[in-house]
Amino acid sequence: MSLPATRSPELKTNPSHMKFEKLRGTFGYSLTILSVFIILLAVISIYIFVFSKGLSTFFVDKLHLWDFLSGTEWNPTRSEEAGGPVFGVFAFIYGSFVVTFLAAAIAAPIGIGSAIFMTEIAPKWGRKLLQPVVELLVGIPSVVYGFTGLTLLVPFIREHIGGLGFSLLAGVIVLSIMILPTITSISVDTLLTVSPEIKAGSYALGATRWQTIWRLIMRASAPGFVTAVIFGMARAFGEALAVQMVIGNSKRMPTSLLDPGSTITSVITMNMGNTVPGTLENNVLWSLALILLLMSTVFIFAVRLIGQRGRLMS
Amino acid sequence: MAELKEARDAARYHIAPEGKTVLNVRRLNLFYGKKQALFGVDLDVYKGEVLALIGPSGCGKSTFLRTLNRLNDLIDGVRIEGEVLWHGENIYGEGQDLIEIRKRIGMVFQRPNPFPLSIYDNIAYGPRIHGIKDRKRLDEIVERSLTQAALWDEVKDRLHASALGLSGGQQQRLVIARVLAVEPEIVLMDEPTSALDPISTSRIEELIGMLKKRYTIVIVTHNMQQAARISDRTAFFLNGYLIEVAPTPVLFQTPQKKETEDYITGRFG
Repeated sequence: MSLPATRSPELKTNPSHMKFEKLRGTFGYSLTILSVFIILLAVISIYIFVFSKGLSTFFVDKLHLWDFLSGTEWNPTRSEEAGGPVFGVFAFIYGSFVVTFLAAAIAAPIGIGSAIFMTEIAPKWGRKLLQPVVELLVGIPSVVYGFTGLTLLVPFIREHIGGLGFSLLAGVIVLSIMILPTITSISVDTLLTVSPEIKAGSYALGATRWQTIWRLIMRASAPGFVTAVIFGMARAFGEALAVQMVIGNSKRMPTSLLDPGSTITSVITMNMGNTVPGTLENNVLWSLALILLLMSTVFIFAVRLIGQRGRLMS
Repeated sequence: MAELKEARDAARYHIAPEGKTVLNVRRLNLFYGKKQALFGVDLDVYKGEVLALIGPSGCGKSTFLRTLNRLNDLIDGVRIEGEVLWHGENIYGEGQDLIEIRKRIGMVFQRPNPFPLSIYDNIAYGPRIHGIKDRKRLDEIVERSLTQAALWDEVKDRLHASALGLSGGQQQRLVIARVLAVEPEIVLMDEPTSALDPISTSRIEELIGMLKKRYTIVIVTHNMQQAARISDRTAFFLNGYLIEVAPTPVLFQTPQKKETEDYITGRFG
C-alpha cells in the first residue's frame, strides 16, 4: 500500500477559488475580532464611567465613605442650620440584601423542586407543560410584575397581614416570582447533565427512584443549584422597577417585613430624574450604582468559582 | 475428542458442570414498541461459571443481558414475554421485589460510570441505600469490596478523593467493587473493557478470573479472544436469536451452526 506519486485530479483545486476562500477566512476572522473588541470596549467604558462618577462623591464632594455606607439618615434637603444635607444609604443597602436573600430563600426550593419534577418525575408531560410556563415567566416585563403586585399583593397584605401593604414583604414576594424561572431553568439544565448511565448505575444497585434522586442526582447537581440561586439573586439585586412599585420607597430604616423600605435600585430610579448632574445628590446616586456594579461583579465571580470547582468534580 | 463430545452433550442438554443452575431463561421475547429484538431465547446460567455472550452489534446480546436484572424496565415501550427464572422463580412474575433482584444480580456497564462522589461514597452507596448506617460496618464493606476488586492498594490513601480522578481502568474496577459491596450472587457485565486500554483490560480479565470463585458472571463481549480467554461457556447471538451455546473451547473449535462458524472465522460482524 503505497500512496500514488501524483495527486489525483479531484484533489486539485482552482487557485482563484482558493484565493477567495482565504479572503473570506480573513474577513470572518476580522469580524469576530471586531465584535469582541466592541464588547470589551463597552464593558470597560461602563466600569470607568461608573467608577469615576461614583467615586467623585468621596473625592470631589469629600463625603466620608463610612458615613455614607453606615448612615441611616437620608435627607438631601436638610437645611444648613440643621447641618446640611445627609446621605446615609445603609437602609437601602439593607433593603436590597434583605429582599434579595428572602426572595432567593423562597424561590430556591420551589425552583429546584419544579426542576426535579420536570426532569426526573415527569420528564415527558412535565417538561412539555412547564417549560413553556417557565419561559413565559421569563418573558413577562418587570413592569407587569410590579403592576400586578401593586394591584393584588399590596391590598392583600394590607387587609390580611397588616401595615400599609407597601412593604419589604411585597418586594420579596414579587421578586421571588420574578427569579423563579431563572432558578428553575438553570436547575433543569444542570439536572439534564447528570448522565443516564450514572442513573442506570444507581438503579442497577437496587436503588429506588427517590433514593436515586435524593442521594445521587441532587448531590451531583449541587454546584449547579448554587449557580442557579446566585443568578437568581443577581437578578433580584438588580431589579428596580417592579420593586419600586410595591416596596413603598420609605427612606427610613425598616424594622419589620411589613414596613415600607427602599432598595439601592429603587432609590436610583426614584431620584435620578430629580437631580442635576454634577451635584452631590446626583453623584451619590452614582455611588449607589457603583455598589450595584461591584455586587454584580461579585455574583459573576462567585458563579465562575463554583463552575470551576464543579468541573473539578465531574 | 471424547472430552469435547462430552462437553458438547453437557451443553446441549443443559447439564451443568456442577449440576446447578441459577438462572433459567425460557422462551424470552422482547419488543421495543412494535419491533421485536429477542426471539424465543432459551438459556441457562450455571452457578459459578463465566458465561460469555458474543455476536455482532445489534444482535440483542446487551438487550438480553439487561433482561436478567430487569434494567430494561427503565426504557419506555419495552415489552417482555417468557420467563426468567431465578432459583426457580420468575423475576417478571407478580409481586417480585425489584430491589432485591437488582441487588443480588448486579451490573457493570460498558463505560465506567462512577458517581460524582468520593471513592468511599461510591462503594458505600449500595449498602447505604439498603439501610446500613453503621460507620464501622461500612468501612469494612468498603475495604473488602475494594480488595476483591484489586483496587484497595491503589486507593486506600485517598478514599475521600473524588472517584472521577481515577483512570478509566481504575474507575471500572471501582464500579465492580461498588457492585460487590451489595453482595450480589450474579454479576452481569456489559462489554466492561471496550472503553479501556489493553493493560487495564487485562487487569479486568484477571479480576474476572478471581471473581468467578465467588460469583456467577455473565459477560457481553465484542472481543472473541476475550470470550475465549475468560469464559467457561459462550453463547452466540444473531439478529435476536440465540444461535448456539456451548463450552467455550467447543464453540470456538467445532461450532455446530453455520452462522456461528461464519462469525468466529470473521466472515461477518
